[in-house]
Amino acid sequence: MKNPYLPIPMILKKAQTETSDRLLRTLELSFKNKEDEKSFHFIPGQFCELSILGKGEAPFGIASSPIEKGSLKFTINKAGVVTTALHHIEEGSEIGIRGPLGNGYPIDLFAGKDLLVIGGGFAFTTLRSLIAYYLHPENRTKVKQITVIYGARMPGLLLYRDELLEWEKRNDIKLVTTVDWGDKDWKGRVGLVPNVLEEIAPSSENTCAVICGPPIMIKFTFPKLVALRFPNERIFTSLEKRMKCGIGKCGRCNIGHLYVCKDGPVFSYAQLEKLPKDY
Amino acid sequence: MKLKLNKKDVENFLKGLIEEYDLYAPAQLTEGVSVFKKIDRPEEVNLTQPVTQKPAKEAFFPQSEVMFRYEETGNRGQAVSTEQIRKERILLGARPCDIEAISIIGKVFEAEDYTDVYFAEKRKRTTIIGLGCNHPLSTCFCSSTGGGPFNRAGSDLFFTDLGEAYFVELLTEKGMAFRENKFFKEADPKDLDLMKEIENKASQKVDRTIPVEGIEKRLDLMVESPFWDRIHEKCIGCGVCTFLCPTCHCFDMTDEAVNQKGQRVRNWDSCLFPIYSLETSGHNPRPTGRERTRQRLMHKFNYYPKNFGRVACVGCGRCILYCPVQFDIREALVYASAKRGKGQKGKFK
Repeated sequence: MKNPYLPIPMILKKAQTETSDRLLRTLELSFKNKEDEKSFHFIPGQFCELSILGKGEAPFGIASSPIEKGSLKFTINKAGVVTTALHHIEEGSEIGIRGPLGNGYPIDLFAGKDLLVIGGGFAFTTLRSLIAYYLHPENRTKVKQITVIYGARMPGLLLYRDELLEWEKRNDIKLVTTVDWGDKDWKGRVGLVPNVLEEIAPSSENTCAVICGPPIMIKFTFPKLVALRFPNERIFTSLEKRMKCGIGKCGRCNIGHLYVCKDGPVFSYAQLEKLPKDY
Repeated sequence: MKLKLNKKDVENFLKGLIEEYDLYAPAQLTEGVSVFKKIDRPEEVNLTQPVTQKPAKEAFFPQSEVMFRYEETGNRGQAVSTEQIRKERILLGARPCDIEAISIIGKVFEAEDYTDVYFAEKRKRTTIIGLGCNHPLSTCFCSSTGGGPFNRAGSDLFFTDLGEAYFVELLTEKGMAFRENKFFKEADPKDLDLMKEIENKASQKVDRTIPVEGIEKRLDLMVESPFWDRIHEKCIGCGVCTFLCPTCHCFDMTDEAVNQKGQRVRNWDSCLFPIYSLETSGHNPRPTGRERTRQRLMHKFNYYPKNFGRVACVGCGRCILYCPVQFDIREALVYASAKRGKGQKGKFK
């Protein structure tokens, strides 16, 4: 019997501080064992449990996309015991992972449609995985138009800035970045995500929307999507809840009869409106 | 084949089991505290308690369990799993409600997508000897939740206390392996008659009237009901009902490490504790007793049934017996099921 609680060993290949507040660090991990790499298949939106023996384990969305072979990326917000340890760990060290876990984004449903991606703050990790996946030449024809609205409080808090610059240059993705307040170097938009969405007003026709961000952003953006006539069946979000096992046993992350860890973390609003508001 | 085990032979029967197996059976630790534990000496076993304080789930899902050990913390530790158990096991003297509960937990822990190897390994290597309940308590309502004091489902062997002897039934292949046990004697037809008489008497004593059927559908309509505002008022959130519940299976996972060596451990946890769902950010999706008591009852009578087609309650009555503020789950079920006219709110004590 395979023990789903045992982490597989990964090596920290590269670590990079992402934001000006230094609270977000991206870890690039490579597989220690070839067999583990071969059997690791994931889709954007799935997550892993990262483990530092002696400190514990915590769940993180996979920020790299399946087309980036040989390694996995995670962006870690420094908040508690495990995340602080993940901020201090040095390159070349070993980190345990369990995964991939969860359902991931419904890429079958997205096929052939336009995609609207709305992100806020450091919730951009699995959205980055999703966008990078579709921007790869192999996958670009799988969806039609890609529109991305990404907001942060300040320019320094936007994740993956080098990559955002590259995306801006491309003509097969429409990227709109916005900040709550700019600085002297900021040439882009200043404004809140819901207002930017209203202004851009992407068509909801044959379009799926994915929205991830702080609850306050979602609260005000969701009504704008409804006003644009997005049906609940085509609005998706990825939820976070306190988790332990990640495989639907420990009971912690349920919302109604569903578990965020194995039935989620990606849910449509049509699903969520039928569940208790336990999130 | 009708068998019996004379009471005078029990001590030697137990000795035999202890030699060959790891034996788990009910034992009185101190006054009022009875648990299922690993037995070293026959005299530890106490088969007279109708409902042990802690349920038999401990034999498969210990309150605290090491999942794996490592010799070095930090970045170079090699985790060594502890799922393998040393010896075949016997669970003796578990009551039908507790045995039913193990299969309820099994549906979660032995699900097709992921198998909880710690639970599954123990279950695979355990022979269960069930024991009928001659004297059910006033808090027992197993007959309302699909079981009964002599429900044999899940038992490999089944004992009935006849006074001078135990009537012995071999129910499964694992049970048939005990056919040749030298302490099992052939039973007389009158032993069988006595067993049936005891079973009938006991079955009549258990409350069948608790409205469990259809509760899932009723609760579907009650997610935002004022019912939950009332129900949590007297709950002090001690969690004893969840710890002593034979079907509750939530756990926490933590690392314990001292001087480089360490282990990952899981411990029973409870949805009634505020920190159970508290996130690092400070956000708590279940901020008050209202959401937490709702979670406990909804999980048993609505969420679990949606996933597995039966309620996750076996009517053992422990949560009623040991609640410090006399919350009675039966009253909650009666209230939730009562048909009320429009405008009538009904009362919940």
